[in-house]
Amino acid sequence: MFDVIFLQFLNGLDKGAAYALIALGLTLVFGTLGVVNFAHGALFMLGAFCAVAMRMLLTLETVTLDPEKLSPWGTPLEVREPLMQAWLGDFGAVLVNYSVPVSLLLTIPIMLLVGIALERGIIKHFYKRPHAEQILVTFGLAIVAQEVIKSIFGPNPLPQPMPVELRGAADIGAWLGMQANVITYPLWRLIYFLFSAILIGGVFAFLQFTTFGMVVRAGMADRETVGLLGINIDRRFTIMFGLAAVVAGMAGVMYTPILPPNYHMGMDFLVLSFVVVVVGGMGSLPGAVAAGFLLGILQSFASMNEIKAIIPGIDQIIIYLVAVLILLVRPRGLMGRRGVMEA
Amino acid sequence: MSTFMSRNDLLLLIGFTIAVLTMPLWLAPFGAGYPDLLNRFAIFAIFAIGFNILFGLTGYLSFGHAAFFGVGSYAAVWSFKLLSMDALPALLFAVVISALFALLIGFLSLRRSGIYFSILTLAFAQMSYNLAYSVLTPITNGETGLQLTLRDPRVLDNALFEAGPGLPSPTLLGMPLQGFEAFYFCAALLIVAFFLAQRISGSPFGMMLKGIKSNQTRMHYTGFNTRPYTLAAFVISGMYAGLAGGMLAIVDPLVGAERMQWTASGEVVLMTILGGAGTLLGPVIGAWLIKYFENIFSAINDVILARFWSFLPDGVSDAMVQITSKFVGDGWFLTLGLVFVLIVIFLPGGVMEGVRRIADQFRPSRRSGRPANQARPHPRPAE
Amino acid sequence: MTKISRGLTRRKVLQTGMAGIIGTGVAPLVFSKGAWAQEFCNNPTGDTVTLGLNLPLTGTYAEEGADEQKAYELAIAHLNGEGDGGLIAVLAPTALKGNGILGKKVGYVSSDSQTKSDVARAGATRMIERDGAIMITGGSSSGEAIAVQGLCQEMGVIFMAGLTHSNDTTGKDKKRYGFRHFFNAYQSGVALGPILGEQYGTDRRAYHLTADYTWGWTQEESIKNATEALGWETVAAVRTPLGTTDYSQYLTPVLNSGADVLILNHYGLDMVNSLTQAVQFGMRDRQANGKDFQIVTPLISELMAKGAGESVKGIYGTSNWHWNLQDPGSIAFTKSFGAAYGSPPSQAAHTAYVQTLLYADAVERAGTFYPPEVIKALEGHEFEGMGNGPTLYRAEDHQCIKSVLVVQGNESPTSEFDVLNVVKEVDRETVTYDPAIFGGELGPAEPAPVC
Repeated sequence: MFDVIFLQFLNGLDKGAAYALIALGLTLVFGTLGVVNFAHGALFMLGAFCAVAMRMLLTLETVTLDPEKLSPWGTPLEVREPLMQAWLGDFGAVLVNYSVPVSLLLTIPIMLLVGIALERGIIKHFYKRPHAEQILVTFGLAIVAQEVIKSIFGPNPLPQPMPVELRGAADIGAWLGMQANVITYPLWRLIYFLFSAILIGGVFAFLQFTTFGMVVRAGMADRETVGLLGINIDRRFTIMFGLAAVVAGMAGVMYTPILPPNYHMGMDFLVLSFVVVVVGGMGSLPGAVAAGFLLGILQSFASMNEIKAIIPGIDQIIIYLVAVLILLVRPRGLMGRRGVMEA
Repeated sequence: MSTFMSRNDLLLLIGFTIAVLTMPLWLAPFGAGYPDLLNRFAIFAIFAIGFNILFGLTGYLSFGHAAFFGVGSYAAVWSFKLLSMDALPALLFAVVISALFALLIGFLSLRRSGIYFSILTLAFAQMSYNLAYSVLTPITNGETGLQLTLRDPRVLDNALFEAGPGLPSPTLLGMPLQGFEAFYFCAALLIVAFFLAQRISGSPFGMMLKGIKSNQTRMHYTGFNTRPYTLAAFVISGMYAGLAGGMLAIVDPLVGAERMQWTASGEVVLMTILGGAGTLLGPVIGAWLIKYFENIFSAINDVILARFWSFLPDGVSDAMVQITSKFVGDGWFLTLGLVFVLIVIFLPGGVMEGVRRIADQFRPSRRSGRPANQARPHPRPAE
Repeated sequence: MTKISRGLTRRKVLQTGMAGIIGTGVAPLVFSKGAWAQEFCNNPTGDTVTLGLNLPLTGTYAEEGADEQKAYELAIAHLNGEGDGGLIAVLAPTALKGNGILGKKVGYVSSDSQTKSDVARAGATRMIERDGAIMITGGSSSGEAIAVQGLCQEMGVIFMAGLTHSNDTTGKDKKRYGFRHFFNAYQSGVALGPILGEQYGTDRRAYHLTADYTWGWTQEESIKNATEALGWETVAAVRTPLGTTDYSQYLTPVLNSGADVLILNHYGLDMVNSLTQAVQFGMRDRQANGKDFQIVTPLISELMAKGAGESVKGIYGTSNWHWNLQDPGSIAFTKSFGAAYGSPPSQAAHTAYVQTLLYADAVERAGTFYPPEVIKALEGHEFEGMGNGPTLYRAEDHQCIKSVLVVQGNESPTSEFDVLNVVKEVDRETVTYDPAIFGGELGPAEPAPVC
């Protein structure tokens, strides 16, 4: 039984890492700008499609027809020559193999620009408008983003292979000195977990240990006073929005080998990430991370057959159920500050 | 008359009635005069009117109204299966059961306001959807959708009539309800729904709701307990959604769980905002626009576009076809999203505000006489 | 208001406007060819006839839908005498002339069903009411097929099902107006069982993951029956919602459940996702109960095998048809399709194409579009040349009875399309079953008074 529970726990951590990462960005935006951003899922999706675009670039091919040979249906055989390997040789092959991590390099500047443009162009006009209108405009933006992606990349998911070396499962049991071949888990999912942990740690360190972060935290606590001190807090908040977009985008990139990206993946994650944020407490960064892992683990355990036998369908609703309970009993969430959005 | 209804209200109702009843005529030139689409116009207009009673009047933004719509549909089909193919018991069940459901969800969700209220309704609706899709399969038939079968008991019908061959279809007091008969049935319900919404909006109850929207705290200070009023608005709005769901089941007796998904809830939000939240006609117009685009705009293909742009030189017309084809056909949702964003940014009052602004342009003399608060109805949700 | 009669009359109403709406029930009777002077839904009176294609172009089964669309366009071109004629020359017996259907040029309208039953049904209604479709075809999910088939029965419009594999489509939910060329889950079980026994022995413990809707349920039941008859034990059968993307929480419990075979009752993207993720979980490198852990995909198509890539190698499943078959019909179809689109057709494309031709052939033989006569022409019709050997359109349940293929993921593919090998062709006597075992009632053939 230990192995089953351990595996399920691992699965919960793995799911939780994805939830925490996407909720973190959402909370950054809400905490700093006070904006309820329904387009955050779309940023996650855009990041994933950066990886798709990168792979498309890396796998460009020249196609020549060989009239000598015929395909089984009688047309001349197409001979494809991958460009990257032709130009760069083995290094090109390595690039193609590692296209997903490599595309992080492309994603960071793109998402930063997207985030800043979004904040300067539209979001900034909504700071003073009610939350309902913020929700509506960002919901509209999310629709536009997903439809643009759909018209460029088509409606079908585009599977992104993970590097060959990282396929398959890792024998964690053996690493920990237990019996081999009992506790195994997909290697890429472990990498995703580590990646999330590092990214989350990075964001916290950035806010905690840099002057920039200190000012932003001060601004989150009391925007007016910081402004009175002569600090241009608006510009820093713009950068924070860009940063949130980068975090969402990087999360999206690394998630592509697990889930082939499609245009509506943003919307699928959006509801979930909002639930995570309210469970953690609107505006609380540690809350978002804790709630992400908590909900991931709960969902994983709720999917166990033993649990489902007791409460049928619990795996389908556990996350929403927790959110409802938290909102009704403790509306500021697990770690929210008293008075923030409490009503 | 004046004690019952103001002259303006009466004119609006009469105008609305005429417009709805003649829809098959004036929509035919636009390619939308066929019953299936007309029924949807009526049904989704009712859905949006009901949503507006909650959102437009009280400012509470629910992201879970599709759940009541779906419950109404399931209730109606079960009434067909168990009792009778008649539309009236089906609608009665749809409204009553969705009202009970709304009472439960509203009672819990209204303990919070603002974004928390939105998330609570969203969570309840997603739970309903996920359950309907999985473990509630014995009731909902899951993904396949609940539909009529030959083996249904239909207690009342079988007691009264000899069963005919094949699957029966919904009736109204013995009259078959399909095609245009169904449309006029839906149209009649739409007019009644509109009339009721008009009465609610003008009543002291409606005033109270508007007061809650503009400042809930102040209402508290004046000694009002606002909860019963918002809950009543929530339940009424849920009943409208249930009625609309029941009607959709009457014109096509099959219910899939998809109609409870949160994107379906989002759609009614889009309709209401697009047309103009807080106005009577706005949600109806929004619903019609979206359903029209969904059915007609989405059917425009490259051939039609090529004909449209054919007056331009070859290269230019090809380019225009290329560009515009991204916005019609499968891409109609992109157009909708763009229009929606523009409306939220520049025209928060929706189409109705646009109409009023244009009208004001032509009537400069009356502009100054208009009370300031009417010039720009700004949806201010309770925080 | 006077009650108006329906069907074609209503379209006239739309054209003539108010006069028709408040008008009398007297409609100009349109006489169709021959003795069937009845009016029926969408009786084509002009020189064209419109087919309604209901295809999932987005959603879980979108790839199948896109391939079906290509096949329908090809079939319609061939019926109109364009292109190389494809299978028209190979179908035997045939009444097709390559000049449309009954001399009318064939056109089509299509609707995206989004892999959702609700949307599929709304789309079919639209195509029947607005566009005047004489026949509805397509669909790539049994949920859709059953929903649309029910609608077509009510409307009196023939439904030629596309890809639908649930036992219910021609079992408990069968309809007089619905016809299915594709095979079903029961036949998959009968065909696959013996191979599984041969390959993996009789002492196995199976774990099912099942798409939670009509097709998944019937396939799970059929495969369970077939494997339990071999002596296998079923450890657990877990339902997953259609369209799930992350299967990790369902796969983790499989690892140490004591099972040594994982059976994936998924299709389309569900299968691509669950299979690749199962392989990522290392299931194919595992040992359980002292045996190699195995994965079985009872229904698989080359599109999915292509999507799953490496993961599918060596895995057993069943298919309705495969482009690599060497009979004249399969060769002709693959050639025709490949020349048009640059890739070989999938089994979804094949069944879509064949269904279109069979409908056209039945109308030609009946000499009318009047549905009850077309139904009679299809019921009990015996034909061959369409790539599945001799085939019978069974009158009792409108199920085509023909041979079934057992396939295996190709270990060394020569091209991106060469992903499945045909291991065995199970002849149709073996997969024939008594239509009574699934119950259901076809219902009347008389067209509905309404449309």
